[in-house]
Amino acid sequence: MSMPGMYVTPEQMMKDRADFARKGIARGRSVIAVQYADGVLFVSENPSQALHKVSEIYDRIAFAAVGRYNEFENLRIAGVRLADMRGYAYDRRDVTGRALANAYAQTLGTIFSSGGEKPYEVELFVAEIGDAVGGDQLYRLTYDGQVADEQGFAVMGGAADVVAAYLQERYVPGADLAAALRLAVAALGHSDSADRVVPDEDLEVAVLDRTRTQPRKFKRIRGQQLTGLLGLRGPEQPDGPHDEDSDAGRGAEAIPADDVSDPTDLAGGGVPPLENPLTGEPSGPSGPDDATQVIPPVGPATPPPAPPA
Amino acid sequence: MSALGGAAGSFVGLPASFMAPGTSSFADFLSAHQPDLLPSSRVTGLGSAADLAPHGTTIVAATFSGGVVMAGDRRATMGNIIAQRDIEKVFPADEYSCVGIAGTAGLAVEMVRLFQTELEHYEKIEGSTLSMDGKSNRLAALIRGNLGLAMQGLAVVPLFAGFDLDAGIGRIFSYDVTGGRYEETAFHSVGSGSLFARGSLKKLYRDDLSADATVQAVVEALYDAADDDSATGGPDVTRRIFPVVQVITADGGHRMADEDVATIADRVIDGRMRRPDGPAAELEGPRR
Repeated sequence: MSMPGMYVTPEQMMKDRADFARKGIARGRSVIAVQYADGVLFVSENPSQALHKVSEIYDRIAFAAVGRYNEFENLRIAGVRLADMRGYAYDRRDVTGRALANAYAQTLGTIFSSGGEKPYEVELFVAEIGDAVGGDQLYRLTYDGQVADEQGFAVMGGAADVVAAYLQERYVPGADLAAALRLAVAALGHSDSADRVVPDEDLEVAVLDRTRTQPRKFKRIRGQQLTGLLGLRGPEQPDGPHDEDSDAGRGAEAIPADDVSDPTDLAGGGVPPLENPLTGEPSGPSGPDDATQVIPPVGPATPPPAPPA
Repeated sequence: MSALGGAAGSFVGLPASFMAPGTSSFADFLSAHQPDLLPSSRVTGLGSAADLAPHGTTIVAATFSGGVVMAGDRRATMGNIIAQRDIEKVFPADEYSCVGIAGTAGLAVEMVRLFQTELEHYEKIEGSTLSMDGKSNRLAALIRGNLGLAMQGLAVVPLFAGFDLDAGIGRIFSYDVTGGRYEETAFHSVGSGSLFARGSLKKLYRDDLSADATVQAVVEALYDAADDDSATGGPDVTRRIFPVVQVITADGGHRMADEDVATIADRVIDGRMRRPDGPAAELEGPRR
């Protein structure tokens, strides 16, 4: 935001907003989408079992995202509503990935270029499968509403360049599920310095599989099926703590000690309250030694431990 | 915004109401965003509309040890006219449940579509499925919304059945037009021929029947309903039109293949050739 009276060129403003969004997206771990013989495979390293990065939108359409969870979750729910609404008002076949990608592009573009809101720090994949490989579509949407039609594979998130370069060298079109999955998982574990084996339980894997007999082609692959497809891979090595891990579930900031002499200092700290919280009576100078003092000081003295990586 | 502005326009961004946090119920979302799409939002004139639209007739459901079976005849009637011979009145609601409908066919089919979308929508938004009781209560809410139309003769009375994954059993729920929800044990039937179907099942049903035998029992029940109720269609041997049968177990639900139903129906007809009233139930005590 500009200071009053200072002129900022539109170019500079857009650049600032783009930098801001890119920085947010780069904090997360990568998500890979790979086209294989029977559809589209999504792989992400996501230690959280509850917060998904890959989800079902409709019969043949899936969604994957990186960046700020609350923002892409909002977009995901809007996408499910749009798809279900269209399918209900018209017919299931009239729900298309292209229309969804367009709606996302419009929304992201509007938010990015409107001066008021901050841009969304997200990047999305929208994938749709057809009856054969030729009908498969993979769209990438960036924070500013640009849509790209991806072929074969695509990567977004933190180490996207490194992972994409790894895939570029090794990707073969028309691979079966196991081969495509092994390649994607190896790419996720790849970095410039060293390669590591991503643990099974940290992987979020899902497919749009056209061989499924049900109309809904989206399926999560986990547990034994995932382990079986991956085969033997050597000792596992979990990723270290990551910037995005601290986005959610972080407790309050450490509360500084209360300055009793300062009437404007309202933070509760290691100093007990002046009156007994049960009776409302002043506890007197004896403070914590008072036998009636049963309530411990409010607020943790040290920051809570970081959530497990 | 036009009526379908949000849903239809390919090049329109997502409307604000789509991005608003809130409900994971599709019906609730629809009533806030586009209430004209709800079946219950019809405005009709005064008087009865009962004779204007086709009516669906008999639905039968029965549990067996590993799940539940639901079957429906194929006839829709308008007064004394057979409106359709091959209408389908039993639908999968989601992977583990199905719903059969009696009453005004057009409204009922629309309500089933809304119910299917409702269950799938919840599943996608929440990442988990509703409990069996949750599903049956949602259906009750949809029926309740239709009370105004029911009072003008456009009633929809569903029968809901499914496999309860938590309890590990098949369960059946019936409804009245006010949205009352009643859990049934063993078997139940709705529609114009339901009295005869229920009487038939009362004599044929046993809780140790296999899935196939249970299917045969409900097909017998539909035959008995068609025998005594003019609005219920029996197996149509000349056109090879047979009841729609859904079988739901712990592995999910599926519609029984037409050939398999045909085999069972042929067996039932064969038996009726020899004994028109169907299989006889045993009397207790010594025979005379």
